[in-house]
Amino acid sequence: MNLFTIAWKNLKQRSLASVLTMVSVALGVALMVTVLVLHGVIGKMFSQSGTGYDLIIGPQGSETQLVLSTVYRIDKPIENLPWRYYLQWKDDPRVDLAIPFCFGDTTNEGNFPVIGTSPQFFKAPYARTPEPQQFRVWNPGDFLQGTWDAVIGAEVARKNQWGIGSQFQLLHGGNTEDGHVHDEKFTVKGVLKPTGTPNDRCVFVHVDGFFLLAGHEKPLIEAIQREALFFAEDINGLKEKYKAELAHAAEDEAGGHDHAHHAHAVPDVAKEVTSILLVMKRDPTDQLAATMSSLGIKQELKKGMQAQAVNPIQVMSQIMSKLVGNLQTVLLFMTGLIIAVSGIGVFVSIYNSMAERRREIAIMRALGAQRTTVSMIILCETVLLCVGGGLLGLVLGHGLVYVASPIIEARSGLLLDPRAWSPYELVVVPISIGLAILSGLIPSITAYRTDVAETLAN
Amino acid sequence: MIPGLYFEAYTHSMPGRAPVDAWSVIRYTPCSTGWSAPMEMGSLMSLQLRNVKKSFRLPDGGRLPVLGVREFSMNAGEQVALIGSSGGGKTTLLNAISGITAVDEGEVIVDGLDIAKLPEPSRDRFRAQRLGIVFQSFHLLPAFTALENVLLGMTFGGQPVRRERARELLDRVGLGHRMNHRPPMLSVGEQQRVAVARALANSPKLVLADEPTASVDSANQSKILDLIRTVCEQEGASLLLVTHAPEVAQVFPRVVTLADFNQPGGAA
Repeated sequence: MNLFTIAWKNLKQRSLASVLTMVSVALGVALMVTVLVLHGVIGKMFSQSGTGYDLIIGPQGSETQLVLSTVYRIDKPIENLPWRYYLQWKDDPRVDLAIPFCFGDTTNEGNFPVIGTSPQFFKAPYARTPEPQQFRVWNPGDFLQGTWDAVIGAEVARKNQWGIGSQFQLLHGGNTEDGHVHDEKFTVKGVLKPTGTPNDRCVFVHVDGFFLLAGHEKPLIEAIQREALFFAEDINGLKEKYKAELAHAAEDEAGGHDHAHHAHAVPDVAKEVTSILLVMKRDPTDQLAATMSSLGIKQELKKGMQAQAVNPIQVMSQIMSKLVGNLQTVLLFMTGLIIAVSGIGVFVSIYNSMAERRREIAIMRALGAQRTTVSMIILCETVLLCVGGGLLGLVLGHGLVYVASPIIEARSGLLLDPRAWSPYELVVVPISIGLAILSGLIPSITAYRTDVAETLAN
Repeated sequence: MIPGLYFEAYTHSMPGRAPVDAWSVIRYTPCSTGWSAPMEMGSLMSLQLRNVKKSFRLPDGGRLPVLGVREFSMNAGEQVALIGSSGGGKTTLLNAISGITAVDEGEVIVDGLDIAKLPEPSRDRFRAQRLGIVFQSFHLLPAFTALENVLLGMTFGGQPVRRERARELLDRVGLGHRMNHRPPMLSVGEQQRVAVARALANSPKLVLADEPTASVDSANQSKILDLIRTVCEQEGASLLLVTHAPEVAQVFPRVVTLADFNQPGGAA
């Protein structure tokens, strides 16, 4: 019989106390694993690798709200920007890609966020880790070729059981009381491969189709007024500019225009975008060129009142350090305390058992076991309790993440891989178990010091 | 010392010295740690005590002498009953012989080796390998089955665990059918029989029995005594049985009274 066998038999002898001690270690480790996994997932989400865009341009307002709504799709959009403004950025020589982003609707089935965008969106990297990561679709599939085409994220495909050819309708304004279902249907033409980003739980529709939906087109007069205000231009001049569109609208209202003979096209003035994603031109000989261009645009927009430009990476870092980081520090601290409590639990359990086990130790010593042997047996018991509890905790912790991930996702919109694990587990969990094992040192020293003759005589 | 190597040295006997010193072979035996105590082979004696003294420290700083043995010996294979009153030092004597307690001075030669000169870890290993002990209250470990209790006797000696030998011993003490029962499931008599089997697990040269029948009823008393004596005889082990009961001692061919040779306060 080796020492571990003897230790195991001793633990079985005190099965209730042993199981309770092991469970206390397991709960501590499970909590630690959960916190580490969440720490990793949230950290990755709010880190610099979380997005591939250099700038997000949106209406004046909260920078955080703009990033949360555009990148994470977990907040409401601030306001809208005129389509003409988007076209200006598209033609800016410093900009490589300008991508329109229109959102606010959700899918009728599953309530996934819907984004009206152009095929350009899929040409931009969705993340930089640090290499640019490009979207890929499962074969067969393509990226928004037609007006009523849609590309869906991996999670949407999995949850809604959608594939190429699936048709769906949008819920206007999302899941709100006054939301209604649009009559028009989009057809899935591409299913994205998993990206591990919020894109996985989004539906992308062609921006042309998005504008054709009832209510997405701004009334013409209102749009002209807004454009005049936005660009600080004379409204009469704009009315003159959009004379043809105004006449067409008047004809529509009078009911004299027949749409059946040609496709209805939304005039640009009536289009609005929620935000604009910019990818700056990159110069292989000058690494800082893109950064300098971004900074320049930011400064330009700060001077005016039209819009704001935010660097998503900066905002995400702020969110991480101010909110998420502090919360995680508190959670990690609490987990450390729990591990300490578990260690004390192991110590108390084994130390208390020493009084009744002094006789057994003395018997083993009388049979020829050396002092080091009996103290090793006690240490082996602690090792078995802590390693057993630790492994159980790992299973429990990952089980908890597996069970909780869809719930967290449904409630917060944060994408959490159920099989996620943190590399820190490889270090923190063994250290925690090691520290817990140290709690067996004092009982093992007690065993070492047991006086055989005196104990057996008593 | 490299495990597996041994060194032999032959010494001539000195006139007038006990046979234990004559033609003794000092041998380094291999062991798990690569170290072992020198063993003297060829002895006809299984136990010799010479000028052994042991005292305990008192709370006031003084010392309480418990043992003062000038000379005591047992031949190989001999069975001796040691009779003495309670508090007379019987258990201390057994502890000294088994190396559980270190003596203050003197020689405790067991199976040819003076264990008084050994450090504690060596005494422990010697006890595990060469001695068998039967306790008054059996001292079986409750977490282990009867078979495992016997195997435990082999485990601490650092020698290979011989499961077959353990089974055979349990068979011999009449517990072949209860090998997988744990002590709480055994009767008092059965527990003591397991203790006897455990004491013989390592084929010891000397078995020490401390009041082995004190906890059993009179019906079982003679059975246990017969069992211990028979099994020791079969195994070729000497037996030193300590008791306070004359009716137990009378079945032994040699009975010694502790008070006759133990004079704690006197000059050893």
